[in-house]
Amino acid sequence: MISAHDNKAPADPAVIKEKILQKYPPKVARKRAKQILINEALENETPEITANVRTIPGIITMRGCTYAGCKGVIMGPTRDIVNITHGPIGCGFYSWLTRRNQTDASADGAENYMTYCFSTDMQDKDIIFGGEKKLEAAIQEAYDLFHPKGICIFATCPVGLIGDDIHAVAAKMKERLGDCNVFAFSCEGYKGVSQSAGHHIANNQVFRHLVGLNDEQKPGEYKINLLGEYNIGGDGFEIDRIFKKCGITNIATFSGNSSYDQFASAHTADLNAVMCHRSINYVADMLEVKYGVPWVKVNFIGAQSTAKSLRKIARYFDDPVLTERVEAVIAEELPPVMEEAAKVRPRTEGKTAMLFVGGSRAHHYQELFKELGMKTVSAGYEFAHRDDYEGRHVLPGLKVDADSRNIEEIEVNPDETRFNPRKSEEELAALEESGLAFKEYDGMIPDMEKGTMVIDDLNQYEAEKMVELLKPDIFCAGIKEKFSIQKLGIPMKQLHSYDSGGPYAGFKGAVNFYHEIDRLVNSKVWGYLKAPWQENPELSATYVWE
Amino acid sequence: MLLRHTPAEVTERHALTINPAKTCQPIGAMYAALGMHGCMPHSHGSQGCCAYHRSTLTRHYKEPISAGTSSFTEGASVFGGQANLLQAIDNIFTVYEPEVVAVHTTCLSETIGDDLPQIIDKATKEGKIPKGKQVVYANTPSYVGSHVTGFSNMVKGMARLAQSTGRKNGKVNIIPGWVEPADMEEIKRLAALIGVEIILFPDTSGILNGPMSGEYKMFPEGGVTIEQLRSAGDSVGTLALGEWCSADAARFLDTNNKVPCRVLDIPIGLKATDRFVDALRTIAGVSVPEEVTHERGQLVDMISDMHQYYFHKKVALAGDPDQIISMVEFLVSIDMLPTHVITGTPGKAFAARIRELTAELPVEVNIKVDQQADMFLLHQWIKNDPVDLLIGNTYMKYIARDEDIPLVRWGFPIVDRVGHQYFPTVGYKGALRLLEKILSALLDRKDRDDSEQSFELVM
Repeated sequence: MISAHDNKAPADPAVIKEKILQKYPPKVARKRAKQILINEALENETPEITANVRTIPGIITMRGCTYAGCKGVIMGPTRDIVNITHGPIGCGFYSWLTRRNQTDASADGAENYMTYCFSTDMQDKDIIFGGEKKLEAAIQEAYDLFHPKGICIFATCPVGLIGDDIHAVAAKMKERLGDCNVFAFSCEGYKGVSQSAGHHIANNQVFRHLVGLNDEQKPGEYKINLLGEYNIGGDGFEIDRIFKKCGITNIATFSGNSSYDQFASAHTADLNAVMCHRSINYVADMLEVKYGVPWVKVNFIGAQSTAKSLRKIARYFDDPVLTERVEAVIAEELPPVMEEAAKVRPRTEGKTAMLFVGGSRAHHYQELFKELGMKTVSAGYEFAHRDDYEGRHVLPGLKVDADSRNIEEIEVNPDETRFNPRKSEEELAALEESGLAFKEYDGMIPDMEKGTMVIDDLNQYEAEKMVELLKPDIFCAGIKEKFSIQKLGIPMKQLHSYDSGGPYAGFKGAVNFYHEIDRLVNSKVWGYLKAPWQENPELSATYVWE
Repeated sequence: MLLRHTPAEVTERHALTINPAKTCQPIGAMYAALGMHGCMPHSHGSQGCCAYHRSTLTRHYKEPISAGTSSFTEGASVFGGQANLLQAIDNIFTVYEPEVVAVHTTCLSETIGDDLPQIIDKATKEGKIPKGKQVVYANTPSYVGSHVTGFSNMVKGMARLAQSTGRKNGKVNIIPGWVEPADMEEIKRLAALIGVEIILFPDTSGILNGPMSGEYKMFPEGGVTIEQLRSAGDSVGTLALGEWCSADAARFLDTNNKVPCRVLDIPIGLKATDRFVDALRTIAGVSVPEEVTHERGQLVDMISDMHQYYFHKKVALAGDPDQIISMVEFLVSIDMLPTHVITGTPGKAFAARIRELTAELPVEVNIKVDQQADMFLLHQWIKNDPVDLLIGNTYMKYIARDEDIPLVRWGFPIVDRVGHQYFPTVGYKGALRLLEKILSALLDRKDRDDSEQSFELVM
């Protein structure tokens, strides 16, 4: 039995780490020790952490699978593609609308299949005799019913095992249907060690089969793509609102509130702005190599980060008109947000948070907590790789292990007709000189204070132990973690899917987040955990009416 | 329109399921396993299954759902999952210290042919299962049956623990079927009122509707104990509630342990509850106490008081066979018209039962039962033959909104409302609540739609 309301926590992180590890069998303890890091990041030196390695069987993990990363995370928010899960019913069912991806399909005649769940619902005879025929028929039925622009196929575990050639089926059906782009994803759940593999598989296929299909120049100035933003709780809407106000044109968001045509036109943008580095950094690289579009890392979580990211984009375009507009927007939007933060701050100042979210969010959301005067005492990612923790400079030295080797890397070359370097070498160098970093991500660790604890692939037992020992004022993770943490009397904010509320990105989102955190850490409910008679049990006595 | 692409015209589909009225076996096995005291469910396959099942159950109950996974990667998928499961069993008993681990398979481990009894046997021989602790199992490939059959398989896995000493324990086994924790609590209350000692399994009450106290217990007080399950082989009889979710385990006890069984419907609504109470009374040889008869009378009273608002209202339902059968009987019994009925859990007896229950109705009744029965078809039927009320899980809210039809949330999963974990829908009290929910939905709608001239104060 664990209680979060015992005596004062031990502050020494080494002691905490020791306490966590002692319960494990020796082999497990040795492995986990390398994934639990006490942050000693110095100026130019980041400590090394083990990440993107196998989950330990039997240890209750926060992670999901490759299919979830591919179908749920990356393709889930795309509204006008019919996504067919090829497999037994479960996977399709569970990925049916369970992330709070919002989409705007309000245009006349707009297609929106996000509310539908399509599956081949394989039965035992399909497993024995193969499911290709059924898949082919399912694609035909979907086409006959809806005539969509695109149909995507997702493989679940047994499909890979029985060897259905989903890519051949997709190619055949694309050919047969003529006006419908059909392509497939080998995203069986067992590939890789987490959702991350699924992001990679999804992005690769979108890049291969969709990006670059529409050369038409879209109207607007300062064209960018926003990569790694999934429009959870409407985040993407708020970012788009700000872009619009600044006069920046968002050609494609990968993949929140996205559409078939956005992906097809992505190569016409002039800059890629990367939000979630983990889920999509390789697409940014590929867009640069193939089409000549450079990329910068941005972060629209936190009001200051939003301002910083807007300035970064403006600096890239290096046009006084845009710079002026961006400054005007910041001058208009930022002060009321900071005013709101100042109002909330007396109730949040000095409180502590723990964040174990996704592959960038545990980093990004620390900005918002800082704006509330809150400190992140421990953080980590569910499915990150070392570069997310330590920065991109570790990439060349990363060894590719057996579990990563089966995740395809696409070989990309400059497109013969479409490659067009947006800036000359000299311009890029000059921009770098002026402080604009291209292809750069420092990672989470350097941004965290010395002595904080960084933990990769946190599990349920460790989460409870951390809460017990460090007693944070709020804990952020996913829905599976939510209620065990709350039973301990610690408010828990879901930051994968937000539970409810949002947007939390951009300026208006920041205000929403301040109020949400204020609501959570100052809720009266945390004061009701013990009944009056439990608070003072020794004072029992007969109450005399007379 | 959120389901704007659904055409009214029904076309034959053979391969594509759209908006399924079921999900896969393992989640049912996981839910059933949570009804054992001190149990850690374990999903033998890749880790996404476990994550999805935990998330869905968490969203439905707003409670922590702990479960392990064998976390297969490509290697295990090729070479077999034995090493992963052995390691998992060792880790689970070391780190979480459960009384019992309930392993179920997934489509992955089934397809590669992992042999659970053999692996569990090996774990026992290698000392990975501490003395006095148990590992139970169920085979639950997702390409067979549905979440309902997965539930049933794990309940049968529990029944395998039963032992027969030759001395009867005077108790009645009740297998409640896939119902909510509150329903299991209600079944226990009714049995206690009638004066029958029971062994209820699974029993998720006290586990999935726990209090907030500043403490987290991975294994709360509730659930059927291993000792009780062992003793189930000495019971005087078994009442299995629901052919689909409970009968297999009951028949297993009948054959294996000579514990005679009766399969009843889940006691949802007046008549099914009558039969349940009557069965308990005859098994125990006791009279039904006045208190139970009183509750029954209250239900009959409410049916008569408000009959004018239910009478001949058309209803469309999607859900699980055992629940739907009882619900359809209840609706017919209060003169409502269940017009479109879908279940994605196959079973030949279903359509026949629904036909029988609705035979006298003055309307055409659409029934579809097979693995491909889906809410897309249900929606198409509704477009062609509109109804007054929808009864089903949360996913029905899209149809409800598009067609502007009130929805009573009932079944699994309900991820956008609370109450199902706390308030029963079985028994007479449960029927009162169901009736109240149906009535509120219909009357709210009437209040909204009535003209100012005909707007009623008293109803």
